[in-house]
Amino acid sequence: MTDLPLLSIVTFLPLVGAAFILLVRGEEAVVARNARNVALLTSVATFLLSLGVWAGFDASTAEFQFVEQAAWMPEWGINYHMGVDGISMLFVILSTFLTPLCILSAWEAVQKRVKEYMVAFLILETFMIGMFCALDYVLFYVFFEGVLIPMFLIIGVWGGARRVYAAFKFFLYTLAGSVLMLLAIMAMYFEAGTTDIPTLMQTPFPYAMQIWLWLALFASFAVKVPMWPVHTWLPDAHVEAPTAGSVILAGVLLKMGAYGFLRFSVPMLPEATAYFTPMVYVLSVVAVIYTSLVALVQEDMKKLIAYSSVAHMGFVTIGIFALNQQAVEGAIFQMLSHGVVSGALFLCVGVVYDRLHTREIGRYGGLATNMPNYALVFLLFTMAAVGLPATSGFVGEFLILTGAFKANTWVAFFAATGLILGAAYMLYLYWRVVYGKLEKEDVKAMLDLSPREVAVFVPLILVVLWMGIYPNSFLEPMHASVSNLIENYQAAMNAVDDGTALANR
Amino acid sequence: MTALGNIAPAAPEVFMAIAGMVLLMIGVFQKGDATKLVGWLAVAVMVVAGFMVLMAAPETVTAFNGQFINDRFGIFSKLLVLGASAVSLVLALVWLAQEEIKRYEFSVLVVFATLGMMMMVSANNLMSLYLGLELQSLALYVMAAFKRDSVRSTEAGLKYFVLGSVASGLLLYGASLIYGFAGTTSFPVLAEVLSQGAPTGVIVGLVFVMAGLAFKVSAVPFHMWTPDVYEGAPTPVTAFFAVAPKIAALALFVRVMMGPFADMVDQWQQVIVLIAVLSMLVGSFGAILQNNIKRLMAYSSIGHMGFALMGLAAASPNGVRGLLIYLSIYVFMNLGTFAIIMSMRQKGRSVEGVADLAGLSRTAPGMATALTIFMFSMAGIPPLAGFFAKFYVFMAAIDAGFYTMAVIGVLSSAVGAYYYLRIIKIMWFDEPVEAFDRPAMTNQVVLWGSAAMMFVLFIWTAPLIAGAQAAAQSLFPG
Repeated sequence: MTDLPLLSIVTFLPLVGAAFILLVRGEEAVVARNARNVALLTSVATFLLSLGVWAGFDASTAEFQFVEQAAWMPEWGINYHMGVDGISMLFVILSTFLTPLCILSAWEAVQKRVKEYMVAFLILETFMIGMFCALDYVLFYVFFEGVLIPMFLIIGVWGGARRVYAAFKFFLYTLAGSVLMLLAIMAMYFEAGTTDIPTLMQTPFPYAMQIWLWLALFASFAVKVPMWPVHTWLPDAHVEAPTAGSVILAGVLLKMGAYGFLRFSVPMLPEATAYFTPMVYVLSVVAVIYTSLVALVQEDMKKLIAYSSVAHMGFVTIGIFALNQQAVEGAIFQMLSHGVVSGALFLCVGVVYDRLHTREIGRYGGLATNMPNYALVFLLFTMAAVGLPATSGFVGEFLILTGAFKANTWVAFFAATGLILGAAYMLYLYWRVVYGKLEKEDVKAMLDLSPREVAVFVPLILVVLWMGIYPNSFLEPMHASVSNLIENYQAAMNAVDDGTALANR
Repeated sequence: MTALGNIAPAAPEVFMAIAGMVLLMIGVFQKGDATKLVGWLAVAVMVVAGFMVLMAAPETVTAFNGQFINDRFGIFSKLLVLGASAVSLVLALVWLAQEEIKRYEFSVLVVFATLGMMMMVSANNLMSLYLGLELQSLALYVMAAFKRDSVRSTEAGLKYFVLGSVASGLLLYGASLIYGFAGTTSFPVLAEVLSQGAPTGVIVGLVFVMAGLAFKVSAVPFHMWTPDVYEGAPTPVTAFFAVAPKIAALALFVRVMMGPFADMVDQWQQVIVLIAVLSMLVGSFGAILQNNIKRLMAYSSIGHMGFALMGLAAASPNGVRGLLIYLSIYVFMNLGTFAIIMSMRQKGRSVEGVADLAGLSRTAPGMATALTIFMFSMAGIPPLAGFFAKFYVFMAAIDAGFYTMAVIGVLSSAVGAYYYLRIIKIMWFDEPVEAFDRPAMTNQVVLWGSAAMMFVLFIWTAPLIAGAQAAAQSLFPG
C-alpha cells in the first residue's frame, strides 16, 4: 500500500474519466447523461482517494511525503517528481473537494455540449492537482500553464455575454506573466544545474540575480493571485464564466499564485523577498481597501464577490510576507477558507441566476420570504466571508492580523480597516437581495432550494463550520512545514546579517 | 578518373538526381495521366534516400574535393528535409487529385527541390552552397506558379522569382567579396584564414551573404515576400514552402555561421540577435489582423523562424541544439496544420478564410480538436511539444546571456498567442458555417499523426534532444 503512487493516481484519475467520456457515442441526451454521471463518479472517486493522502500524512515532519520520482529528461535535470508537504497537501484536498460540487452544480445549468464541459472540468482538475503536487519546476510550470487551456474554453464556450473578451483577457494576461517566470526557471536551472524544487530550495542564489528572479516570479504570481494593479482580468473572468467555472476559478486557481509565493519566492529567494516585502505590503493594503470600496458600489452580484476575492487575497499576501508562523499559517488557512466560502458564494449566486437569469442586485429583494432555506445558507456564507467567529473566515483573518501586527503595525491597522469594509459590502449585498419587501412578480415565483442544490451546499456548510469551530485539524498538518519555511528564511536573513557584519568590521 | 574522386558520401544525392531524371522520363513517355505514378514513385525515392542517409557513417566525411560534407548535423537535417518533403508531397498528391490537375512535373520539381536542399545542408564551400541554393530556389519558383490559370499563383511565382533572384545575387556578391579578401571559398580553409583576424572586406561580404540567407529563411527585414507568396501559391506548395526549404535554409545558415565564420562571432552575433527579435515581433503582430489562413501561417512561420534564430544567436552547441529541436517540432506542427488547411473544402472548392473555420468544433469535432492542439502547440503552451521547442531555444539564449532578447521573445510569444487563440475561439465559440467536405484519408492520417506527435514529443523528448545534441556537437569539433 505504501508503494502505491497515490499522488499520480489522484492527479491522473480525472484524465482517465475524461478519456472515458470522450469515447461515449450516441444521441445528445444520452451522451449528456453519461458524461455527467461519469464526471461525477470520477471526481468523487478522486476526492475519496485524496482523503487517503490526508489520512496518511505525517504532520510531524516538514519533509515531502508521498514522493514519487521518475526520470523524464535526467541528463538535463528535469524529472517527474511529485510530493506534498504541509503547505500543499490541503490544497490538493481543496481541489478534489470543490470539483464534484462544481459538476453537481452544473447538472441542470449546462444543457449544450455537456460532454465537452465535463471533459474540460476533469482535465482542469488534473492540472490543478498536478500543480500542487509537482516537485520539479518544469513540471510545475507545465501544470501551472496547462490550466489556462480548459479554463479558456470553459469561459469562452459556456460563459455570459462578454465571454470572448473575458476569456482572451484571462488567457493573455496570465500567459504574459507566466512566460517571464519561464525565463526565471531557466536562469535558476543554469545556476543550480537542476529544476528539482527541494534542491533549488537549498541552493543559494547571488543577491543581484535574486532581485531579477523575484521580479520575474512576481510578474507571474501577482497576476494569478491577483494583486492590485494586475487584477483587472478577474472581475471580467468571474462575471462571464459559468457558475461552476467561477467557483473553481475563485476556489482553486487564485490560490495558485499565492502558493507560488510560498513554494518559490520565499524559500528560494529570501533576500529578495526581504527587499520587496514593503512593496508587497503596499500593494496588498491598496488591494484590500481599494477593491473593498469598489465592491461597495457594484450592481452585479458576481462582480461584487469577485472584487471581494481580490480583497481577501490581499489579506493572504500580507500574511505570507509577514513571514512569521502565525501569519503564514493564517494565510494558508485563509486561502483554504476563501476557497470554500468564495466558491459557496458563487454557487449561491448561481442558484438565483438559474431561476431569474440575471445577476443584477436591483432585480432581487425579499427572498427571505419565499426562499427561507436559501436565505439561511446565503447568510452563513456571507458571515463566513465577513469573518464571523465560528466560521472559517475568522480564523484565517485573525491569525493573519496577529502575525502582521508583529511584523508591521501599520499594515495590520490598514488591513483591519479592510475587515470593516468587507462587512459593509457583504451585508449591503445580503440586505438588498434577501431582505426588504417581496414585490417583484418574477422574484415571488422563485422556488426554494432543490434537493440537488441542498446536496451541493451541505458539504460546504459542514466544512465552513468545521474550519471555524475546530480549525486545528486543518492547522496541524501545516505546522511543521511552515515552521521549516520560517526557520530557513530566518537562517538566510541571519547569514546575510553576519555577512554584512563581517564586511563592515 | 582523378576528377571523380570519392563521391560515396554523396550517394543519397546522386541517387535523388538520377531518380529525378528517371521520373521525368517516365512522365514524358507514359501514355495518359502519369501524375499518380510519378508522384508515388517520387515519395518512394525520397524514402529510399532517407534510408541511405541513415545508413551513412556518422563520422564527418567530405566528398567532391572537400566541397561536400556529411556529418551528424547533415544527417539530422537531411532526415528532417526528406521527411518533410515526402509528407508534403503525399498531401499534395491528394490535392492534385481533388483539383484534377494532371501534371506529373509537380513531383519531379519536388524531387529536384529536395535535392537542392540536401546539397545546401551538405555545403562545405561557397560554390556548392550556391549550387544547392539555386537548384532549390528555381524549383520552388516554378512550383509557386504551378496553378497556371490562377492570377494569384502566377503573381506569387513571379514575386518569389524576382525577389529571390535579387537575394541570390546579393549572396553571390557577398561570396565574391569574401573570396576576394580571403582568397578561398572553401569553408575549412576560410575558418583557418579568418581565425587570424578578418579583413573588413570579408565582414562586408558576410553581411551580404547573411542578407541572402535571411531572405531564404524569411527573416525580418527580408520577409516581405513570404505573406504574398504563401497566400498566392497553391496550398500544397505553401505547405511545402513552410517546412522543407525553411529547414534547409536554417541548416545552411547555421553551417555557414558556425563553420567558416565561427571566429567572427562578435561581428555577426548582434546582427542575428536583431533579425531574430524583429522576426519574432513581426511574426506576432503581423498575424493579428489576417483573415486568410495561409497568410496567417506565413506570419506565424516568420515568427517561428525568429525563435529558431535565437538558437543561432546564442552561437553555442546548446543554441544549435535548441534550433534543431525547434525545427523538428515546427515541422510536425506545420504539416499537421496544413493537412487541416488542405481539408478545408466546401462542396469541392477549397476555401482559405479564417472565418470559414467558424463552429468547426460542432461540424467536425475531431478536426477542430486537432487544430486546437496545433494552435496551442504553436503558441508554446504546455503540455504540448511546442512548449519544449520554445523552452530549449530560450534556455540557449539565457545561457548565452541574451536576457533582453529572451524577454522580448517571451513577450512576443504571449502576443502571438492572441491569433492562435483567435482561431480556437472561432472554432469553439462561434456559430457554425457550412461544414467542410469529409477530408481525404491521407490528410486524416497526417493530421492525426502530427497531433499525436505533439503529445509524444512532449512526454518523450529525450530521444529528440539527444539526437539534436549529437548533431549540434558535430559542428563544434574539438
